[in-house]
Amino acid sequence: MAEPADRGDRRVVLGLGNLLNRDEGLGVHALRALGQRLGADPGVELVDGGVLGLNLLPLVESCSHLLVLDAVDAGRPPGTVIELGRDRIPMLRGVTFSEHQVTFQEVLGLASIRGRLPGTVHLIGAQPADISVGVEVSPAVRGAIPPIVERALEFLDRWDATVPTSGDAS
Amino acid sequence: MTRLVVDPITRIEGHLRIEAELDEANGIVEAYSSGTMVRGIEIILQGRDPRDAWAFAQRACGVCTTVHSFASIRAVEDALDIRIPPAANLMRNMMIAQQYAHDHVMHFYHLHALDWVDVVSCLQADPTETSRIQQSISSWPNSSPGYFADVQARVQAIVDSGQLSIFANGYWGHPAYKLPPEVNLLAVAHYLEALDWQSHVTKIHTIFGGKNPHPNFVVGGVPMPIDLDSDTALNAERLSIIDDSIDRITEFVDQVYLPDLLAIAPAYLDYAALGEGLGNFLTWGEFPGVEPTDSSALLVPRALILGRDLASVTEPDPRDMTAMQEFVTHSWYRYEAGDQSGLHPWEGETVFNETGPEPPFEELDVEGKYTWLKAPRWNGTPVEVGPLARVLAMYAAGHEQTVELVDSVLATLGAPVEALFSTLGRTAARAIETKVFADHLRTLFEDLKARIAAGDTRTFDDERWEPRSWPSSARGFGFTEAPRGALGHWVVIEDGKIENYQLVVPTTWNASPRDAQGNPGAYEAALVGTTLAQPDAPLEILRTIHSFDPCMACAIHMVDANGDDVAEVGTGLHVHADG
Repeated sequence: MAEPADRGDRRVVLGLGNLLNRDEGLGVHALRALGQRLGADPGVELVDGGVLGLNLLPLVESCSHLLVLDAVDAGRPPGTVIELGRDRIPMLRGVTFSEHQVTFQEVLGLASIRGRLPGTVHLIGAQPADISVGVEVSPAVRGAIPPIVERALEFLDRWDATVPTSGDAS
Repeated sequence: MTRLVVDPITRIEGHLRIEAELDEANGIVEAYSSGTMVRGIEIILQGRDPRDAWAFAQRACGVCTTVHSFASIRAVEDALDIRIPPAANLMRNMMIAQQYAHDHVMHFYHLHALDWVDVVSCLQADPTETSRIQQSISSWPNSSPGYFADVQARVQAIVDSGQLSIFANGYWGHPAYKLPPEVNLLAVAHYLEALDWQSHVTKIHTIFGGKNPHPNFVVGGVPMPIDLDSDTALNAERLSIIDDSIDRITEFVDQVYLPDLLAIAPAYLDYAALGEGLGNFLTWGEFPGVEPTDSSALLVPRALILGRDLASVTEPDPRDMTAMQEFVTHSWYRYEAGDQSGLHPWEGETVFNETGPEPPFEELDVEGKYTWLKAPRWNGTPVEVGPLARVLAMYAAGHEQTVELVDSVLATLGAPVEALFSTLGRTAARAIETKVFADHLRTLFEDLKARIAAGDTRTFDDERWEPRSWPSSARGFGFTEAPRGALGHWVVIEDGKIENYQLVVPTTWNASPRDAQGNPGAYEAALVGTTLAQPDAPLEILRTIHSFDPCMACAIHMVDANGDDVAEVGTGLHVHADG
C-alpha cells in the first residue's frame, strides 16, 4: 500500500447532498451561503461534494481538518440544527447492489480503517422536511441555513486558533 | 444540542429490489426487478435554458456526473446543429476514456470482486505463495512476501477490532466462494491499492473541467482554453500532469486489473454458462469525431445485436419514433394514451401513478405496477446495454485489438465464444474494454498534442451560443456510452426553453420491468435458472446483478416511501420460500 499523502495543513469544508431533492441538498446550499459570508479569500477550501460517495475518499484522506455540512436524519423536528463530533458519526457498510449506494459514512469508515481519518472531523446539519423532487428547499430548512453558517464560522475560528495537527498516523 | 444518532447522514442513491421465486431445489424460476424510488429530473428540467441542462443532469448521480453532462450538451448541440472544434472533441473523448478506467476499476475491486473474493479467508493465506502468484501473473512491483504479509496484518487488525466496517455483512464463508486463500489475499491487496490509485487518475477531469469534483461543461466545446504560455489555460505543465496520469491508468489496468481477472475467473467458470438473460444487445456508440452524426467515425459502433447473432448486426436509429419506445405498463407512471402504449422519448411523459402497495409490505404486485423504472424497448424487444454489448459490437465489427483480447482471454480460460453470453462474460468484457479504452486514451492524447503543435487550439464555438440564433423549435439526441451502458438524452426545445427532456439511462434498460407484452427486462431474465446454495444468503443473485454494474441513482430518484436507512439496502433482497 502506498504511504499516506502528506496531509500537512489542509482545511476543508465539504457540502454534501443532492440538489435535485430539495432539503437533501442542504449541505451544498449551506456551503454556498458560507462561501458568500467568507468572500473572495475564504482561508479554507470549500468543496461541493454533491453525492459523490467513494470519489470523495482521496479528498477526505488528504485533510487535516474536515467540516462536513449535510442533511441529518435524527428524527427531530424539521430544521433542527444538529452537530456530530468525530466519534459520533457511525461508519457503516452493508451488502449493496450498487457502487452508487456508497454512503459518506462508508467513506469515513474506509478512511478510518486505513488509518487516514482527519484529526479533526465535525458535522453540522439539520433535519430535512421535504426530500421530494425539486430544487427549492423547504421553509424550515431555509431557516436553518443561517444558524448552520454561524456555527460553521465559529468552528472555523476555533481551527484558526489551533496549530496545524496531523491526522492519524498510519 | 442534539446528540441522538440513528442514521445521521441521509444519502439518497437509489434502491434496487429483486424478488425471486424459487423452486424446491432453490432454483430461480421467475425474477422481478424493482426500483423503489421515483425519478423526477425530467420535471425539473422543463422550462429551463437548454444550455444549463447539464448542470442539473449531472446532479442526478454522484458517480455519473460526467456522463450525464456529456449526454446533455451533446443533445443540445444536436438540436441546435452545433459543431464543436476538433481539439474540444478530443478533450471530451479523453475525459470519457478516463472515466471508463476509473469507474470499471472501482466497480471491480470495490463492489464486484467481493462477490468472488472471500475477504476473511485471506487471513489463512501463505503470503509467500501469494507473492509467487503475483510474480507469475504480472510485473507489478508490490509483490514481495513481506508486502502481502503486511496487507494480511492490516486485515487481521480490522477483524480483531470488531469494526469490520467495509467488510461487514459480506457473505464470508459462503460455500459459493471457491478461490484459494492466497488468491483472496492478492485481490484484497489490490482492493486497497485501487483506493489509492483513484486519486491519481482524476486529473484529466480536474484540468479539462477547471475543477473536480463537479467539473464544468459547456455547450459548444470545453470550458478550458489551450495556451501553452498561460497559467490559467491548458499549458505544458498541465499536459505533463495528464501524461503521467495516463501512465498510471494503463499500468494498473495492464498489470493489476486484467491479470487479476484472469487469476480469479478460472475458479468460477460455472458462471460462464449462467446469467445471460436476453441475448439482445444495444449500443449508442462512443468516441465520435467532429461530425457527431457521422456514426462511421465511432470507435464503439452504434449497434443492435439480436439473438446472439454477431453476423447480422444493424445500426439502431435513436430518432426512430416507433422503434425507440418506453413502456409503463408495469411502472408507476401514467400515459395519456393508455398504459399499454409506448412513447418515443421526444414525446415522453413523466406523470407519477403510484399504485402501491403501501410500505411496509411483504411483496410487490408484480401482476400490476411494481417499479419506478420505465421499460425501454427496441421494436418491442428488451435489450441489454453495457460493456458486454460494447465488446460484442466491437468484436463483430472486427476491431483488431478487441478481437485479439477477447480471443486471448477465452483461450486462457479455455472457454468457447458462447461463454461471453454470461455473468462471467459481462465481467470479462468490462476488463477487456477498459484495456481498449485506456490505450485509446493515450492515442487521443497524442492526437491532441499534435493538434496543439499545429496551432489548432480552438476549444469553443460560440456561433450558436445566443438563443436568437436558434430555430424556434428543435429536437436533439445526445448519447454517450456510460461505463454501465448506453445513455441517451432526448431534448425538445421551443422558443429557447426546454419543452421536454427525457433520459433513458443504462440501468433503465437493464433493470427494466416487464413491458406491455410481458417480456422481462435484462436482470429479470438473467437471474432465471440460477440455483442458490443458501437462499438466506443469495450471493449468486448479487454476482449476476453486480455484473451489470447497476446505477440506481440514475435510473430512479428520491427516497423510498419508507424513508429508511442503509440497513434497508442491506436487506433489500426478498426471497419467497417457494414458488
